[in-house]
Amino acid sequence: MALIRNGKLVDDIHIDARTLDPVPVDQPVIVSLLQWQAHRDTLLAGKQSLGIRLQSDQPPALLGADLRHFAVVALEFPKFRDGRAYTHARMLRERLGFRGELRAVGDVLQEQLNYMQRCGFDTFEISTADPLAAWQAIENDHTVWYQATGDGRPRALELRRQQAR
Amino acid sequence: MYRYDEFDHTLVAERVAVFRRQVERRLTGDITEDQFKPLRLPNGLYLQLHAYMLRINVPYGCLSSRQLRKLAFIARRFDRGFGHFTTRQNIQFNWIRLDEAPDILAELADVEMNTMQSSGNCVRNITADQFAGRARDEIEDPRPWCELIRQWSILHPEFGYLPRKFKIAVTGAASDRAAVKFHDVGLYLRRNAEGVIGFEVIVGGGQGRTPYVGLTIREWLAKEDLFSYLEAILRIYNLGGRRDNPNKARIKIQVNALGIDEFRRLVEEEWAEIKASPLLNVDPAEVARITAYFAPPAWEDLPEETVALDRLRKAQPAFDAWYRANVVGHRTPGYAIVNLSLKSPGIAPGDLTAEQMDRVADLADRFSLGELRVSHRQNLVFTDVRQKELHELWTELARISLATANIGTLTDIVACPGLDFCSLANARAIPVAQDISRHFSDAATLQDIGELTINISGCMNACGHHHVGHIGILGVEKKGQEFYQLTLGGSSAEDAALGERLGRAISADEVPAAIEALVARYKSLRSGDERFLDTWRRVGIEPFQDAVYGEGVTPRREVA
Ligand code: HEM
Ligand code: SF4
Repeated sequence: MALIRNGKLVDDIHIDARTLDPVPVDQPVIVSLLQWQAHRDTLLAGKQSLGIRLQSDQPPALLGADLRHFAVVALEFPKFRDGRAYTHARMLRERLGFRGELRAVGDVLQEQLNYMQRCGFDTFEISTADPLAAWQAIENDHTVWYQATGDGRPRALELRRQQAR
Repeated sequence: MYRYDEFDHTLVAERVAVFRRQVERRLTGDITEDQFKPLRLPNGLYLQLHAYMLRINVPYGCLSSRQLRKLAFIARRFDRGFGHFTTRQNIQFNWIRLDEAPDILAELADVEMNTMQSSGNCVRNITADQFAGRARDEIEDPRPWCELIRQWSILHPEFGYLPRKFKIAVTGAASDRAAVKFHDVGLYLRRNAEGVIGFEVIVGGGQGRTPYVGLTIREWLAKEDLFSYLEAILRIYNLGGRRDNPNKARIKIQVNALGIDEFRRLVEEEWAEIKASPLLNVDPAEVARITAYFAPPAWEDLPEETVALDRLRKAQPAFDAWYRANVVGHRTPGYAIVNLSLKSPGIAPGDLTAEQMDRVADLADRFSLGELRVSHRQNLVFTDVRQKELHELWTELARISLATANIGTLTDIVACPGLDFCSLANARAIPVAQDISRHFSDAATLQDIGELTINISGCMNACGHHHVGHIGILGVEKKGQEFYQLTLGGSSAEDAALGERLGRAISADEVPAAIEALVARYKSLRSGDERFLDTWRRVGIEPFQDAVYGEGVTPRREVA
């Protein structure tokens, strides 16, 4: 599926291995937590780019030190209403120091992209005919935020101060 | 009062533009009603029995005359000429057209108002003591903190999709007028042993079908830790609150399932991680900037008008009754706080017509420095009235039916919309309130009965807070008929308590007689100037059961 990353349409080099058995080890894959736990050593031996897809009740901290093996962490929104992955994303970025690709997957709606981005997601799997248009429609929606997150954007407080200077 | 600067204005204007685009997509059929729902709810737009309803935030109950005039304009231009003040210090319009909703938001933005997060599973309007900054029993004005929390919560990217709605209330006074213990998070400004002011933090209070009195999660929190602590609570809730059943999704369910000690442990563990984060600092300069907006106005140097007022009160019993019930002591000599009752006999509690709004705005300019407040008991408040002008104000208020002398008394009823507007209702609430208020319309009787709150909800969702009424009335349905279950002994004040069920449910026409019987029993049992609630606490349920259901009859308890 086409992805939006940093405002551009990109191809996914990873294949979704969640339903594949055995898990391919000779190409980049995104696996489930269960697959990772079952085939950790084989996957690592394959030396391919790895991604993991976590459900909303699987906190990224579960991965412990294994987090460093992943180029991609995909956090799933089973329903747009399930907001747990927003917290998981911030934990990944701001606490666990994850610098790889943080991908939003599942019920990802255009209206949520701004919040997701602020929580640290940089890549989005948007289930619409024209994901780029969906992104472009919202990317300039908000220029003022009251809160600081790990994305480094200034909050209203800093903007006020800059202006006063 | 807080004023938007260019950044606040931009934030709201951008949000209005987004909403306008979303409404257009809905109107052109680009998205379905189902897809539109999660877009309209965070903008306060509900679909009700008859039309769209728009809920507008009145942040911590503070309103200027200019804003009230705008609400009057909206009521006239976009609704049917009235608005409804709610128990969360908001105002609702019940007859809104979808295509006009974005224009209403733009009109509101002009006067620094918005509907952001007045609905949806996010942090809702922050509420506060309606006498904030003026009360005699206050250690610190909670409004700057409310504004800081408001800004922290608005468009918070992490907490827009919580398991359920999240309500926060704050007070700085000894008397709790904000039902702090019935909120998801409640904050009391408190001094610690060293005399430093911080917050006592309450968590997990709420009403609805499983009511709980909130529990203290932290006895004292330093002000500079406010955001990190709130963020820790919200995180633990966002991750651990139930998402499988909306009726069990509030934080109160999580807190009580884990136990307060385990919940506290989780919060403190998370807090330890983020406490020192520069992302969550409470910036002293920002606190100072916001606090300046709430600086006390330039009160005049005025004498107490006790003698002159006594003379007027003796001469005019009606003025005396109003003075006793509706006027409250002010922290500054020569001034008074005045409650405007939105509970005149026969009116739906909390309703105000556009004409009344305009008149109230004029009166606020003339008598109260152009500002007013909304209380969580669905009344309005003038905070800065010169005592020497009280009589004149009373005369003016009486002309627009806002001088009913009943604040805190039996006819100052809180009621939800019930079956007249609400699709979830079992029974009507407004007509029951109207019946009671007609039955007890005599000011002297009300005064003799004293403090007695009645709260009516049309179903278990408890929007009318029946659990915390000294007398609570809950609409239930039995075989397609409307019945009412009475509860006694609830309180939303500092002595917070949930009411106890009195006995079998009764029919609508039995309600006024039952209230009459309860009041008569109270009067015969009270000692000294004991309130209804105190007598109840002293004598217990039985004398009141006897009064309603007959001597010696032990009423059957039933599950409503
Ligand atoms: C007519 C449309 C309305 C509907 C469909 C509605 C629905 C609900 C529902 C389902 C709840 C329970 C939420 C929960 O426990 O998680 C609730 C709570 C509440 N409602 Fe309403 N409501 C309506 C109008 C109002 C109005 C007009 C007011 C103010 C007078 C109000 C004030 C409240 C309050 C304060 C609560 C919180 C009780 C608590 O959980 O602590 N509602 N409402
Ligand atoms: S208590 Fe029930 S009837 Fe009343 S407004 Fe709430 S949901 Fe509707």
